Amino acid sequence: MRRNLPILGVLAVLLVAIAIANPFFLEPEGFLAFVKRAAPLAILAAGQYFVIVSGEFDLSVGSLVTAEVVIAARLIDGDPGATWPVVLLLLAFGALIGLVNGMVTTLLKVPSFIVTLGMLLILSGAVFLWTGGSPRGALSEEFRQFGRGSLGPVPWSVLILVAAVAAVIALMRSDFGRTLLAAGDNPVAARLSGVRVLRVKTTAFVLSGLSAAVCAVLLGGFAGVSAKVGEGLEFQAITAVVLGGVALGGGRGSAVAAIAGAFTLQALFTLLNLYGISGALEFTVQGLILVLAVALGSVQFPRRAKSASTTA
Amino acid sequence: MTQQLRTTLPTRGLALRGIAADSPARPVFMALGVMLILGWALFAFDGGQFFDESNIVGIQQRSAALGIVAVGQTLAILAGSLDLSVAFLMSLSSLVAAETMAQYGVLPAIGAVLAVSALTGFVNGFAITTLKVHAFIATLGVSLIIKGILEYRYDGPAGRVPESFQHLGYDRVGPVPVSALLWLAIAAAAWFVLRRTPLGYRIYAVGGGPEVARLSGVRTDRVIVATHVLCSLTAGVAGLLLAARLGAGAPTVGTDGGYDLESIAAVVLGGTALAGGKGGVAGTVGGVLLLAVLDSVFNQLEIDSFAKDVVRGVVLVAALAIYARRRLAR
Repeated sequence: MRRNLPILGVLAVLLVAIAIANPFFLEPEGFLAFVKRAAPLAILAAGQYFVIVSGEFDLSVGSLVTAEVVIAARLIDGDPGATWPVVLLLLAFGALIGLVNGMVTTLLKVPSFIVTLGMLLILSGAVFLWTGGSPRGALSEEFRQFGRGSLGPVPWSVLILVAAVAAVIALMRSDFGRTLLAAGDNPVAARLSGVRVLRVKTTAFVLSGLSAAVCAVLLGGFAGVSAKVGEGLEFQAITAVVLGGVALGGGRGSAVAAIAGAFTLQALFTLLNLYGISGALEFTVQGLILVLAVALGSVQFPRRAKSASTTA
Repeated sequence: MTQQLRTTLPTRGLALRGIAADSPARPVFMALGVMLILGWALFAFDGGQFFDESNIVGIQQRSAALGIVAVGQTLAILAGSLDLSVAFLMSLSSLVAAETMAQYGVLPAIGAVLAVSALTGFVNGFAITTLKVHAFIATLGVSLIIKGILEYRYDGPAGRVPESFQHLGYDRVGPVPVSALLWLAIAAAAWFVLRRTPLGYRIYAVGGGPEVARLSGVRTDRVIVATHVLCSLTAGVAGLLLAARLGAGAPTVGTDGGYDLESIAAVVLGGTALAGGKGGVAGTVGGVLLLAVLDSVFNQLEIDSFAKDVVRGVVLVAALAIYARRRLAR
């Protein structure tokens, strides 16, 4: 828990700042609306966390989200009966892409940066090829409920987020979580102590692909169908994870902090909007905060000597 | 992550011997040769002429901007770093160039672009070394900063490039465009720095193992800052070239071309290890040409532009898988 403190502190400060600028934020409705907006990125960041902590990158999630939303719209085409089968298909597709990423990375020994970059190109190209440039079809109302609707006062996306966070925490406390950290910290040592490094890393990619599928279901409902729905999400997810103090290169950091990083990023967007910096200099402020926050983080947790990760 | 600490010493001798020997660049030139034969055959089958002047010029024209920035990216990657900010920096450079040219003339504009890009490179290097931010995040942050400035100041194309400077974009000497000559000159300069100067040896040392390099007395931070300044300078030059082509500066010209990820792709296609310390400029030139020949074949066959992305992705991953095999086999 102590490791999570810096990012939770930053998040608390941002939330207080939002509340001062906009008192509606303190009411349950306002706060839940914020959580609902943050849910897709938080889930995506949780998936990215597994990959990063295992010492790899997943750059393909943004285009995977776009692909999933476009596929959903095309297959459902407004037919409510198709909702559940398509949701299952989306999850399977996300897991499959993760499996391919993971197997190529581990079995063919291609750097994951390149594997997932290639997957990014393949997915975005294939989706546009299939749709001829502009997405067709429509999502059903039932499908959109996941991202838009709510159970009583609580939005579905918040419930899904809570379930995802619980699952992530359970996973990281299980044997899988411990071996994942070990594999990310020092793959050779982990392998020699009996960890099936290849399998654990591949599982991390599958989880990332699954998280992209869930994120796509939420975003499709929330934002609708567009060919740009996932644009830049991979960088946002990686940013969120790193903001949470997780070390690129693997082996360090907590899942809760990574998810808190996603909330921090969303809180930052909200705050910039409230103070009217949106649009124009929003990105500049975001970039400055990103570099400075990570710089501060590295002061608090001295990074391992870089050779430690290259010898591995 | 399976990168060994072993630092491959740069090959002594002629560049040609370096390529002919078992250097990481060899497979990419073999692939390029196969691709050229394949391209020639496909063109002939399709009723076109692969080796006719317009196609050869087109391939060089298309690859010059990417080629220039990929040379810079090679330096950054060899030092164990990488630069995601080049695409936005190219856009910014094209705008700075066009606006300064419209007001003060060509030379001040070139000076301004080089100053802006050197400063950007310094900020990248400073964030990575002094602030100890991972290169991925540092350059991503800097690219966001530039993106914000672009969106704040510009809505669309701005400035004007005088006729005299547009020659850089379109003139050619025989079948060789001036832009390709510029690319060649920059690649040769980078090759010289890497193989013939102390800085070059230090870049390989730092990329091969920063801790070992530091213990052997290399001031690793300076080397990393220097590679980032050089990398950003190439992005600035590429921005100048794009401005000369367009006749104006454009805020999306860098990102539309996907120059950030594509330059990294070209570098690793050329056999340079993403983890640093191994590879060289010759391979990068081959990688860029390979991508350009691929493009020209697609254009001739009139294949949907989105299919290009799919094939590029497959080629990239397949090439890296082959490199990994070769490494394991040794």
